[in-house]
Amino acid sequence: MTVHDMKHAGSDSARLEAVGGRLSRVDGPAKITGAAHYAFEQQLEGLTHAVLVGATIAAGKVTGIDTRAAETAPGVLAVLTPDTIMELNSASDWFGRQPSEETYCPLVREVTFSGQHVAAVVAETFEQAVAAAALVKVSYDEMPAIVDLSDGSDGIPVDAMTKEWGDAEAAFAEAPVRVCAAYNTPREFQAAMEPHGLIARWEGDQLTIWEPSQWLDGMARTYAEWFGVPFQNVRLVSPYIGGGFGSKALALAHSAVAAAAAKMLGRPVKLVLNRPQNFTSYGGRAATRQTVAIGADKAGRIQSIVHRGVNETAVDGMWVEPLGSVTSIMYATPNFSSKQNVVRVNTVVPGAKRAPGENPSAFGIECAIDELAHELGIDPLEMRLINYAEQDPHAKKAWSTRQLREAFAAGAEAFGWAKRSREPRSMRDGHQLIGWGVAAGTYPVRRAYGEAVVKLLADGSVEVESSSIDMGQGTYTILAQTAAETLGVPVEKVSVRLGDSHFARAGVTGGSRLAGVMTGAVYKAAGQALDELIGLALSDPRSPFHGLQANTLQVKGGRIASPRGDGPEFSIAELMRALGREKIEAKGDTVPASFTPEQRYNNYTTIAMALPHTEGDYSRHSWCAHFVEVRVDEDFGTVRVSRVVSALDSGRLYNPKLAESQWKGGIIMGIGQALLEEGIVDRRHGRIVNGNLADYMLPTNADIPDIRTISVGIPDPHSSALGGKGVGELGIVGVAPAIANAVFHATGKRVRDLPITLEKLI
Amino acid sequence: MRDFSYLRADSVEAARNAAALPGAMLLAGGTTLIDLAKCGVAEPATVIDISHIEGLNAIDVTADRAVIGALAKMSHVADNAEVKSHFPAVSEALWQAASAQLRNMATIGGNLMQRTRCPYFRDPQNFPVCNKREPGSGCSAIGGVTRGHAVLGTSEACIATYPGDLAIALVAFDAEVDLGERKLKVEDFFLAPGATAEREHDIRPGEMITAIEIPGSAAARRSTYLKVRDRQSYEFAAASAAVGLELEGDGRTIRDIRVAVGGVATKPWRARAVEEALKGKPLDEASVRKASELVMEGAVDHGANRYKIALAPRVIARAILKLGETA
Repeated sequence: MTVHDMKHAGSDSARLEAVGGRLSRVDGPAKITGAAHYAFEQQLEGLTHAVLVGATIAAGKVTGIDTRAAETAPGVLAVLTPDTIMELNSASDWFGRQPSEETYCPLVREVTFSGQHVAAVVAETFEQAVAAAALVKVSYDEMPAIVDLSDGSDGIPVDAMTKEWGDAEAAFAEAPVRVCAAYNTPREFQAAMEPHGLIARWEGDQLTIWEPSQWLDGMARTYAEWFGVPFQNVRLVSPYIGGGFGSKALALAHSAVAAAAAKMLGRPVKLVLNRPQNFTSYGGRAATRQTVAIGADKAGRIQSIVHRGVNETAVDGMWVEPLGSVTSIMYATPNFSSKQNVVRVNTVVPGAKRAPGENPSAFGIECAIDELAHELGIDPLEMRLINYAEQDPHAKKAWSTRQLREAFAAGAEAFGWAKRSREPRSMRDGHQLIGWGVAAGTYPVRRAYGEAVVKLLADGSVEVESSSIDMGQGTYTILAQTAAETLGVPVEKVSVRLGDSHFARAGVTGGSRLAGVMTGAVYKAAGQALDELIGLALSDPRSPFHGLQANTLQVKGGRIASPRGDGPEFSIAELMRALGREKIEAKGDTVPASFTPEQRYNNYTTIAMALPHTEGDYSRHSWCAHFVEVRVDEDFGTVRVSRVVSALDSGRLYNPKLAESQWKGGIIMGIGQALLEEGIVDRRHGRIVNGNLADYMLPTNADIPDIRTISVGIPDPHSSALGGKGVGELGIVGVAPAIANAVFHATGKRVRDLPITLEKLI
Repeated sequence: MRDFSYLRADSVEAARNAAALPGAMLLAGGTTLIDLAKCGVAEPATVIDISHIEGLNAIDVTADRAVIGALAKMSHVADNAEVKSHFPAVSEALWQAASAQLRNMATIGGNLMQRTRCPYFRDPQNFPVCNKREPGSGCSAIGGVTRGHAVLGTSEACIATYPGDLAIALVAFDAEVDLGERKLKVEDFFLAPGATAEREHDIRPGEMITAIEIPGSAAARRSTYLKVRDRQSYEFAAASAAVGLELEGDGRTIRDIRVAVGGVATKPWRARAVEEALKGKPLDEASVRKASELVMEGAVDHGANRYKIALAPRVIARAILKLGETA
């Protein structure tokens, strides 16, 4: 593990270092200089290499696998097929629910999507494995495939998604002003720079996995169950993650293949998915289809919202993308109905991509409200204020905090919204049609219990340990800030160690929950360590403070003294020496004392113990408002975003510099979603044809304009120990509808199918 | 392991001799060859590294003629002051191609040899059917995902789009490619697929591009390259146009005009019908837009690429009008 040199973090004042300070990323220099070693960059003795063979059909049966040529190819150690790979136990899912099947085979005989793993070759070198994998001949009995949402029926109702109050259908029918339209989002992919992959090594019945992970404990549980070994026998190591965006929280079929191969061969195995396999080995965002019907009175007050959603899921797996999540809380309405279906298609089971649910949900409702505003001739920002929800319309609870009105005001002011001309196609610069659009976004506050270890060492330095991770969002940095502030030491004295499942346990890094959970745990652990230090300082006969007439001591800048400053002052190192202590270690957690060991285990290895965002008296969410300017070429239909101002409420920011960076990352991803991203399926083969980073379009720097973010949050004591709300996912929610609304304003053309590519506008 | 022989050629002659070996491929900047080897399209028996041959990277430009060595880097040519002054469309086409990293590696000769981005061509594992790779096997693109495919110069054998930018400008200005024993018009060097989609260039075993030559002209001096694409950088053209313009002394009558289009055809496509319709005519927006539509005579779409038929004429017209404004 790389130790971060905190001196490079750019901290030259206590103000930067404290929680809320703009400390630069402490892991930044290691990443920039290449000193940071990512999970599967480990150099191991005797490492072998595995390469997967993927199905070239989308549906059907494997009728034969001819492995002879591959087996005799140079360097080949094993060719694994469904017949030859070791049998694994089925593992429980991420809710901790037991599987229905007893055994699990990560290589398949029944193909349900193109690219599904059929075989694997293990060889001494990567090149040998690649060459031999190409020699494996698979024959199939091909069946017709269901390639996308338009192929299937209406799908399967997901009753748990139904949200209804009042009589929405009747109220819509009677409303004087009505809009109703369908909105579609395509299959999208996380496309992280770092691919998925792992190194697996067995030593007896001890398994070590080096794998980029958003959830070490959850993945360790899966490996332990697959191989029938105790949870403690599995160690996952994930020091850095080169982008996850929701995709790296689960141990997947390719993970099982590598770990099984390592067990079978008795040698460590490295398996890294190539770029096309990163489009077929785990799920991106499911394609969605929504209809949103809004009925309003002539003053623009919403009377009813009727929402129907469908998302694709897999033939052999279930993914529900909650499409009514924003629809049901963004605006006040007396009548509401949202229902959702899923349609099974021949794809890898879709998964989480930044703000699953909220993201497509906001695309529907935030475009629809814009259409209603246009219908009524009301400014779209005014329209949103007219229908401002003063409480959670669905849960009927008070918001913990909702600075959305403030976000609208601050964003509009900074953007210059008041100068917008109402009519579509009324602003231009030469051949460029200019449009201004607005949309709101939200993401729930997902809370969970956490733990951390804080160690005060003899030299006065501090170590923080947690099996949580940093995938670029800044965990290393904010936990250092939290420990430094709580203990009263300079931040360069703190080193944070993450990404090892043998450290203090942590739940999933997903749903924008980690910062709130972990700052709370570190705050608690550091407080305990500090209490112990002060207790010893006052009570231990060897302490220079012993016998001092003080109730307590305080630590500032790494030096300990009485609060009034009238007594002696020593550094922590001096005090530790006097006490004869090597270290003071505290494990702090926010877990309820009543939890059984099993509940604690489930708290870290499943998501079943997470607290609902509407638990208790409050409904907790982050909020944002995006203001966007686009320029659309009147001849070419090309859309370029020329300006973004976003005002966001993530509560208290633990580090505004890092929060702004995450918000901007989300906004950039939203620009890609709005204009570029789409997994394109060849309908004859049921296969993604643009599964690579040249053809799957992501924005380049040249596509990204100046982005201004404004924090309008206030500390939210109901959402986390230190007052923060979610940051990571919020930024993307609402970007695509803001751009679609701006495109309508620029051109008078409403594009309801993402991405908004040029052929839709010429 | 897919083994291959590696030869480093120190001279053009040595390279030519080696290039005549069966299964031999030349390696210059490597940006195309390595890419195609990784996706399993290129499987050379022998790789001949020509990047160390001296004297092939010269850029020699006068008002009358540009001679650019085959090993000159795209970025060097794009940034050459004389190229910018006498052949702005050439510089602009290069700047808008690929990425900075690729332009710093890729050579002019290699640029002419780049292969199509047709996703079916580039994925032999999943799409064994492809006339470019396996003559006579068929075309996987026809009936498939065709948003990026050609509408001009296609055949029943192949509809793959020629992806490059530089060659569009070269074709517009009658550039020649020097193959040593013979010189060819760049326009003739590239072959439409017809029934032989596997033959993309008129180049014979043992031949090698040593230079390109571009004759100077008033139209080349007043020229531009306009590229329209889905994203602002690092992306192939949805449609592009290289245009050169020379006006009569009256400042409004077109004496000479050159038009070629990219992103819409199976090879760099000279739009002579557009040129003929405008020569001798006054430069005005309505006639330019009308004439530009002639580029699409004979166009055949495959559904998802139909927009190119509307788009390409607009790109041509805007390029011409832009030149007209810069008197």
